[in-house]
Amino acid sequence: MSVTVSMTLNGKQVSADVEPRTLLVQYIREHIGLTGTHVGCDTSQCGACVVHVGGKSVKSCTMLAVQAEGADVTTIEGLASNGELHPMQAAFRENHGLQCGFCTPGMIMSAIDLVSRNASPSDGDVREWLEGNLCRCTGYHNIVKSIRAGAEAMKG
Amino acid sequence: MTDTGIGASVRRVEDQRFITGRGHYVDDITLPGQCHAVFIRSDQAHAELKSINTVQAASAPGVIAVLTGAEVAADGVGGLPCGWGITSIDGNPMVEPAWPILAQDRVRFVGDAVAVVIAETRTQALDAAELVEVSYNPLPAIIATADAVKDGVPQVWPEAANNTCFHWAIGEKEPTDKAFAEAAHVTKLQIVNQRLIPNAMEPRSAIANFEAATGDLTLYCTCQAPHAMRLLLGAFVLQQPEHKFRVVSPDVGGGFGSKIYPYAEFAVLCWASKRIGRPIKWTAVRSESFMTDAHGRDHVSEAELAMDKDGKFLGLRVDTIANLGAYLSAFGPLIPTYLYATLFAGQYTTPAIYAEVKAVFTNTTPVDAYRGAGRPEATYLLERIIEKAAGELGMDPAELRRRNFIAPDAFPYQTPVALMYDSGDYGAALDKALDISDRQGFEARREASAKDGKLRGIGFSLPIEATGAAPSAIAGQLGARAGLYESATVRFNATGSVTVISGSHSHGQGHATTFAQLVSDHLGVPLENVDVVEGDTARSAFGMGTYGSRSLSVGGSAIVKAADKIIEKGKKIAAHLLEASVGDIEFAGGNFTVAGTDKTLNIAEVAFAAYVPHNYPLPTGDPSQDENALEPGLEEQAFFDPVNFNFPFGAYVCEVEIDPETGVVEVASFTAVDDVGRIINPMIVEGQIHGGVVQGIGQALLEGSVYDDSGQLLSGSFMDYTMPRADDMPNFKTGTNETPCPMNPLGVKGCGEIGTIGATPAVINAVLNALGSVGVTDFAMPATPQRVWQAIQSARAAAE
Repeated sequence: MSVTVSMTLNGKQVSADVEPRTLLVQYIREHIGLTGTHVGCDTSQCGACVVHVGGKSVKSCTMLAVQAEGADVTTIEGLASNGELHPMQAAFRENHGLQCGFCTPGMIMSAIDLVSRNASPSDGDVREWLEGNLCRCTGYHNIVKSIRAGAEAMKG
Repeated sequence: MTDTGIGASVRRVEDQRFITGRGHYVDDITLPGQCHAVFIRSDQAHAELKSINTVQAASAPGVIAVLTGAEVAADGVGGLPCGWGITSIDGNPMVEPAWPILAQDRVRFVGDAVAVVIAETRTQALDAAELVEVSYNPLPAIIATADAVKDGVPQVWPEAANNTCFHWAIGEKEPTDKAFAEAAHVTKLQIVNQRLIPNAMEPRSAIANFEAATGDLTLYCTCQAPHAMRLLLGAFVLQQPEHKFRVVSPDVGGGFGSKIYPYAEFAVLCWASKRIGRPIKWTAVRSESFMTDAHGRDHVSEAELAMDKDGKFLGLRVDTIANLGAYLSAFGPLIPTYLYATLFAGQYTTPAIYAEVKAVFTNTTPVDAYRGAGRPEATYLLERIIEKAAGELGMDPAELRRRNFIAPDAFPYQTPVALMYDSGDYGAALDKALDISDRQGFEARREASAKDGKLRGIGFSLPIEATGAAPSAIAGQLGARAGLYESATVRFNATGSVTVISGSHSHGQGHATTFAQLVSDHLGVPLENVDVVEGDTARSAFGMGTYGSRSLSVGGSAIVKAADKIIEKGKKIAAHLLEASVGDIEFAGGNFTVAGTDKTLNIAEVAFAAYVPHNYPLPTGDPSQDENALEPGLEEQAFFDPVNFNFPFGAYVCEVEIDPETGVVEVASFTAVDDVGRIINPMIVEGQIHGGVVQGIGQALLEGSVYDDSGQLLSGSFMDYTMPRADDMPNFKTGTNETPCPMNPLGVKGCGEIGTIGATPAVINAVLNALGSVGVTDFAMPATPQRVWQAIQSARAAAE
């Protein structure tokens, strides 16, 4: 049995026939073919799979694709526009906020949601917010720096 | 220094793809006709494998094959090899049991693979896996490291009496015993270095594709060392010759050692792809990573430090039991021996050192290199016992260390445990660390914390390590079964851009940037015209990969050697074009110039002439005229095999604040001063230190792999194994000194592991310093709130 799931993904209408048990992250990676959203765990802990659903950060391993029917979903691939990086993306590069890059899409998506709620987060705010995003490479120091710089840059 | 040359914090060129979601990891790859594998794993730590019923699973929707150890045996597929042999004190080789790629008659740890289900989709494979019935006859298991050698405990292997793989020693026993006999003071320490799970954020993944028409096998896999993977899997397991076996390791999401080794799953995929004639993909779920990625550490040790009345170290004696797990992982035996006990001199002049290591089998996941690999275990032991000695002697722990430093003019320095240190200035690093950490202000901060009802402590750790594996000849004498050089090709393209092909592998280290900086600086080519290629045995000639903080000092040196060959040939081409003699050509800033003239050619022009050789010293066929003839093209390869290891070092100071009511330990400040020789990209080096330090703090405060007595892995998920999170960690204060390494042309030392090696003892020394005021004198990692609180309660109860 399969169901048709349609949504707006990075501004485009997409649709795919999937098993009802398909997770949003599987839908995005395996059915639509956007592999920037990663899977790092099986217990909703690591945050490598964070996307935006209706503008809010969501762990896409924790949501069924059918629950996103009709939703407006943004992944890491949808952030840059016309070849220009989102300020948060640029901040991660400028501040060496990534090493292996695997947690990075989730970190950036999560960080943008933080800034939408708190335009000027402190170090402590950022660290607390990242409770649901694991990084094994950077030691977080430069991620915190990146997010604060990204927040400043997002003020435009 | 240019803004992209050596010493510049060039922003990483690889980042564009990662920050835009265009990274290219193994699980992102889909091959035409690809099917999916799911492994059936033992839920028993130790059991006879009675039967596997695959009938129902084989007929489930989408299932292509269900394979077990019986098929592996029938096809004559080899077991997983061990890459390092150790000889025991009595001259016997280590016990080396077979490790079949699917269990044959017995399982030996929870997670041991017993069967594989291959189906059209991953979901179908998962569903069918539920239908495989495995029948076990459970056996008693041995789990705890220190118990493994006791009488009457369960035995993992019949050929390994007392579960002992080897009993090895280093150093000289008699002089060490004599030092203890003459000592004014002896400090003793029992110490446990708990088992850790590496947990790179990207789970292991692979796709094997055998093409029957050509006999070519391609393995895409998460791997730190693609050539070594090809060598070990091809020669020992699959009998697949190297020229018909390609290993591709694209973007890899962290390794920390765990992605060096040939794993059973990779071998099974290759073998099964041959059987079914299709590409097969497998990606671990995190619980599989916890169970089957090689674990790290797991030592139980007793140590004694002998000193004279002034605190001069006279001797060190260490007795360690190291847990290897159920099977010998590729470098398992190397870690608790030559990567461990050779570091017991630390930064100090201790004249007599003797260490014995018993390595044991248990019914647990195999143990191998995890960031630092043996060196953290050595450093934790040494820096803990020194701090304890300082307390017993009533001396300042920093000053006790300083009193025993190897002097800056004593290099090269031969330690009593085999290593010859290259260069160092340990006092300079310590001075800088004391300054940056504001050691002077500690008492005031301690008093301020006390006013808030908090216990503040300070701890030191002065790590040193051996990086840049390895001088192949020495490694061979010590048991290595492979060479440990690195290769590089520097290829000028006709229009002046440069392709650098390295046998190293970047999985977060930023080689595409650092190596490009090297070449840009050395050859005077703009950074954006240099591309670095790694991770594909079909593209790079050979290589031993990235581990042991070796890539820059070994792989980078190979690149520079190849670049030197480019300059050498370029001079000959330029001499021809400029109608000068080769001896008169100078090369600087990308230009070949006739000395003392303004006649000059850019290296891009020389490259063009090499590929469009219309005016070029081509061979004429007349030997008398061809003395200076050249082949077209401008591409050079070099191998670099280091003459010695290199020895980065540091000085770390940690301050913690402990709430005695809750046991919560907060890292109040952490200072890391490192000397990793000459620095190519300070931003990347600092990032390596940050990441390393957090893994070290993670071991001190949070992480620990826990098995129950039956061998079930209790810490089997991110909900049970405490990974360092952002709000567990402080911002860091870092500093660097640069004492050049004389052992390689770049003067560089490794920087990837020193943070992990140095951080753990600094934190625990700080915790003990803080808890000393309430009477706690010893403490076993990790310093979780519960354990700290319990230690405080016990000490208080004992005092009453």
